[in-house]
Amino acid sequence: MSNNLRINKNNFIDQTVRISFKFNGKKLFGYKGDTLASALLANNIHLVGRSFKYHRPRGIMTCGSEEPNAIVQVGKDPALTDPNVRATEIELYEGLEAFSQNCWPSVNFDIGGINNFLSPLLPAGFYYKTFMWPASFWEKYEFFIRHSAGLGKSPTEPDQDLYDHQFVHCDVLVIGGGISGILSAKLSAEKGLNTMLIDDKSYLGGSTIYQDDDIFKINNETSNVWLKNQIEKLKKIPNLKIKNRTSVAAFHGYNYLLARENLTDHLSINERKEKIRQRLLKIRAKKVVIATGAIERPLIFSNNDRPGIILSSSIKKYIDYYGVKTGENISLFTNNDSAYETAISLNKSGVKVKIIIDIRENPSSILSEKIEKTGIKILRGHTITNTDGYKRIKSIDVMKLSKDGENVVGNKTTYKCDCLGISGGWTPMVHLFTQSGGKLKFRNNDNVFIPDENKTPSEQISVGSSNGDFELDDVIINTVKNIKIFLGLDKNDYENLDIKCSKEKQKRNIWLLPSNKPISKSKPFLDFQNDSTAKDVKLALREGFKSIEHVKRYTTTGMGTDQGKLSNMHALGIIADTTGTNMGELGTTTFRPPYTPLTFGAIVGRNVGEFFDHTRRTAIHDWHVENKAEFENVGQWKRPWYFPKNGETMYQAVQRESKAARESAGILDASTLGKIDIQGEDASEFLNRVYTNAWSKLAIGKCRYGLMLNEDGMVYDDGVTTRLGENHYIMTTTTGGAANVLSKLEDYLQTEWPELNVYLTTVTDQYSTMSICGPNSKKIIKKIIPSLDLSDESFPHMSFKNSKIDNVNCRIMRISFTGEHSYEINVQSNYAKDVWEKCIEAGKEFNITPYGTETMHLLRAEKGFIITGQDTDGTLTPSDLQMDWIIGKKKYDFIGKRSLYRSDTIREDRKQLVGLLTDDPKEVLEEGAQLVESLEKPIDMLGHVTSSYFSPNLNKSIALAVVRSGKKLKGKKLIVPMENKNINVTITDTVFYDKENKRLNA
Amino acid sequence: MFIINCPYCGERDQTEFSCGGEAHIERPKQPTELSDDQWAEYLFMRKNIKGVQFERWNHIHGCRKWFNVVRDTSNDKIHAVYKMGERPPVK
Ligand SMILES: [Zn+2]
Repeated sequence: MSNNLRINKNNFIDQTVRISFKFNGKKLFGYKGDTLASALLANNIHLVGRSFKYHRPRGIMTCGSEEPNAIVQVGKDPALTDPNVRATEIELYEGLEAFSQNCWPSVNFDIGGINNFLSPLLPAGFYYKTFMWPASFWEKYEFFIRHSAGLGKSPTEPDQDLYDHQFVHCDVLVIGGGISGILSAKLSAEKGLNTMLIDDKSYLGGSTIYQDDDIFKINNETSNVWLKNQIEKLKKIPNLKIKNRTSVAAFHGYNYLLARENLTDHLSINERKEKIRQRLLKIRAKKVVIATGAIERPLIFSNNDRPGIILSSSIKKYIDYYGVKTGENISLFTNNDSAYETAISLNKSGVKVKIIIDIRENPSSILSEKIEKTGIKILRGHTITNTDGYKRIKSIDVMKLSKDGENVVGNKTTYKCDCLGISGGWTPMVHLFTQSGGKLKFRNNDNVFIPDENKTPSEQISVGSSNGDFELDDVIINTVKNIKIFLGLDKNDYENLDIKCSKEKQKRNIWLLPSNKPISKSKPFLDFQNDSTAKDVKLALREGFKSIEHVKRYTTTGMGTDQGKLSNMHALGIIADTTGTNMGELGTTTFRPPYTPLTFGAIVGRNVGEFFDHTRRTAIHDWHVENKAEFENVGQWKRPWYFPKNGETMYQAVQRESKAARESAGILDASTLGKIDIQGEDASEFLNRVYTNAWSKLAIGKCRYGLMLNEDGMVYDDGVTTRLGENHYIMTTTTGGAANVLSKLEDYLQTEWPELNVYLTTVTDQYSTMSICGPNSKKIIKKIIPSLDLSDESFPHMSFKNSKIDNVNCRIMRISFTGEHSYEINVQSNYAKDVWEKCIEAGKEFNITPYGTETMHLLRAEKGFIITGQDTDGTLTPSDLQMDWIIGKKKYDFIGKRSLYRSDTIREDRKQLVGLLTDDPKEVLEEGAQLVESLEKPIDMLGHVTSSYFSPNLNKSIALAVVRSGKKLKGKKLIVPMENKNINVTITDTVFYDKENKRLNA
Repeated sequence: MFIINCPYCGERDQTEFSCGGEAHIERPKQPTELSDDQWAEYLFMRKNIKGVQFERWNHIHGCRKWFNVVRDTSNDKIHAVYKMGERPPVK
C-alpha cells in the first residue's frame, strides 16, 4: 500500500484483527468490521467493475444496498459461488475471494471498453432496434454482445448450503435500526408489546451512530453517544428481539412480510460448516413500523460516473465508521447541506477538502458557517460541467450557473482531485410502503415522494427519513409523536428531549445540470448499473414515449439489480422538466419485491431434493424394490412402471408382462387408485347425480363403472363403484384425480345439495388393492381362499364378496381393466404386503407375472378402455369418446347433463376418439403426433395420437387418437407426418382385442 | 397473503384455503328447462369485479368446509365471513 488511507481514531473497526482476502486474485488485507468495499478503498482500489453497456470503468459509489457499480462475484467453488453481490454489503472474512464482473479479460484491460467509443451507436432502445436489423447482420454482432452482456456467473453445481424458513408472529415489527427505528422499538417494547427490530447491517444505530459533532446534540450529549446509550438499554428489554443482518424483501397485505436473515456470510469459511446460511423469516405482525431511512441522490452532470466519484454521505461513513480515506484530495459537489457534514468529518480526520461546489446561491446554515471557519473554499451558485480521468477521477471543470439554472456562464476553471463527493439530496426509502399498498404524495419544496398518511394501509406507520423527515429534531419529535398515537402510549421520556442540530435554509434542485457543451456531446449518467444517460431519456421522449413505465423499459433506466434506487428520481425529474409536467402528477414506477435480491436458496429453504414434494409409497412398495421394479411418478405416488428381468429393456419387459397377463396370470399393485367410502341414506341418489349412468337399481354386492363429468359436459374422472350395503358404497377414482374428485363431491354436498344425507371419507391409504388377471386368476384365488365359491353363478363379473385370507378381512371384486377374467383384492394396508406375497406364492405354478403401469396401459389400450387424463384432456364429452352407452338417457339430471346438448357439444365435427392401425404393423406411432389428411400446404391438423403401443397379443402396432369428426371416418386413411418420414394409418374401431368380451368369463 | 377467519376453525393463513369463485350462483334446479343461453349464463358468466365481491372459499387444508367471504378484491380486505346457507350481509 503506497498511501496510508486508514486513520486510527474510530471505534467501529477492530484494527487488532487483520483479515486477508483476495480481489481479482490479488492478496490484500483489511480489518474486522470492514466491508469488502471499505477494505478495497483502504487499499486505494476504486476501480472494481465495468459498466453494463459501454464497459466504462466504474468504482465504488456508495456504502449500502443501493450500490450500482461495485457488484462482484464471491468465491470460485462451482457450487457455492455467488454472483451479483454488492461489495458494500459483504462483511470481510478470512479467505474471502471476490472478482469483478462484466469485464473481460480483466477489469483493467477490458475489450468491451470499445463500446464506450461506439457509444453513439448504442443509444436508448439499442437492443430493441438491433433485433429489427436483418438477421444476417445480427449474427455478426451476436457473439460480441453475448460475451459482453450479463452480470455475474451462476453456480454450475447444486448449492450445498443449508437454508431455513421460520414463521414469526409479533405485536410490532420495526424495520430499520436507525435512530427512528430504535426509538420506535424501545417505545413499543417498553409498553410490553412483543416487538421485533430488523436491520440489514451488522450493527444498530444507522448513520447517527457515527455522527460525532457538537452541532448535533441530544440532552447535551453528542447524538452518537446519546443513541449508543439508548441502544444499550434497548438490548436489555426481554420482550424485544433484534435481528441484525436481516433485510425485509417484501411487504404484503395483512402485515405479512418476508425477510432474509444472513447467518454465516460474514464468517470465515471454516466457521460456516454445518450452519444454516440464510433464514427466510415469514413474519405476521399486528403492527409494522417502517423506519427504512433515505438514500442520498447523485447529481447528474457529464461524466459523473468515474471511479472516485462517491456519494458524499458514503465518503462520510467511510471516514467516520470504517476509518478509511476515500482520497487524499477530495472535492465535494452538492445541492444541500449534507456535503458540509462530510466536509466536517474529513476535516477532523485530516483529509484535505479543497473546494465545495454548491449549486445554491446562499446556503447559509450552522454547518456552512462552521466550514467557512476552517478555510475550505465554497463556490456558491456553481456547477461541475465535466470530469476527467479514466480509471480514477483526476480533475473537475467548474463554471458558474445562470440565475435560472438553465445555463452556465463565465469561464471554466479546472480543479485537480482524486475523489469527488456528490450529493443531490435525499430520497426516502418508500419501497416497502408502496409494496404494502400505500400511496405516495409529492412534496414540492424538496422534491420527494413520501407516504401519504391518508392512503396508508391500516396497522402500519412510516417514521424518520423514510417518512420525509431529514433533520435530527424533526426525526425525533415526529417519530415520538406519531408512535405514541400509533401504539396508544402514555406520556414518555422522549417527549421533552433537548435537541440541537443544524437546519437547512436554502434548497435548489436541478435534475440535469447544464454544461457548456451540447447534451449530444456529454455523458450525464442516470442509471450507473444499466448505463443509461439523461440523453437516452430525452431521446425516448422525442421518440414518443410518455409514460414513465415505458421510458423505463425503453431506456432500461432502473432495471438493474438495484432497481434504480439511485436513478429513478432523476429520470422522473428529467421527464417532468422536458415535458413540462409536475412530478407529483407523473407518479413513480412500481416498486416490486424483493427490495434487495434474494437467493433461490432462501426462497426454497429445506424444500429441496426429496423434500421438494411428498412421496407416497404403497404398502407393497418394498416388495417392488426388492423385485427390481422401475418406478414411475404418478402425482406424488411412486408406482411400479415395469419389472425388468435379466437386463431387459422397458420394451422387452412390457412385451413379456403383457403376454403373460393374457396367457396365464398377471398381478398389479393398484393401491394408488383413489378410494372414497360413501355412506348415508341418500348415497344412491347422490351417485345418481354425480355419475352419468343410473345407480338406484344397482343390487347390493354389485359393481358398476361410472363416468363423472364436469358441469360443462366434459369427462372428468371414471372408476368402478361397488355397493357394499343398502346405504354404503365404495367409489374408486383415478390415481391422479383422487383428491380433486373428493373435493368436488364435497363441494356439491355442502353447497348445492345440503339436503342429502351423505358422508364421504377418503380411504385411499387405508386400503390396498391388488389386481390378479388372466385365465389362471381363478385358480390362484381358489388356492388362497379355498372356501370361496368362484362360480360364475355365485360370483359373476362386476360383483363383490367379503371374504378372509387366513384371518385377514378382505373385499374381493370381480372387475377387469384388462379384459381378462380378473379379481381385485382389497385389504387393510398393513396386511397388504403379506397378502401380496401369498398371491405371488400361490401363483408361482402359473408363472404369475407382476406388471406395472406401462403394461396396464397397454392391456387396456388393446381393449380400447380410456385413461382419463391421457386419452381425455377436459375437452371431450362421453359422446366424443364413443361412450354414449353410459349416458342415463332417462335420468332427469346429473352433473354436466344439460351441457351434453348445447349447440357446441352436439357439433358433429368435434374431435372424437378413434382407433388407429398403421399400414406397417411394426411401426409404432409417437403419442402426441399429429394426424393429417394430406401434405399439401396449408396442412390441416385433424387430431393427434393419445395412446400408442406395440401389442404383443395382436402382434401389431395399435393406437388411440382424437380426430375431428372421427366417428364418421372409420376406414379412412390418414398420414402422421414425422420429422424424417410420413406414416400411413387407417382409422378403426377403438376395441382391438376380444371385441366380444369372451375372455371376461374365460 | 391474507388471513381468513374460517367460521368453523378461526383465523388461519390464506395458504390453507382455496377459492371457489363467485358466491350465490345457485345451480339451476331444472337444467333441462333452460335454453342454451340461460344454461351458459349459469355455467360460464362470472363477474370478477374490482371491489367488494361475494366469494366461496373452502378450508381445504383444514376442516374442508365451504363458506362465503365478502372480500374487496382491490385490497383483499375481508368484510364478512358467513356459513353456506346463511344470508349474506347487506353491502
Ligand atoms: Zn376451517
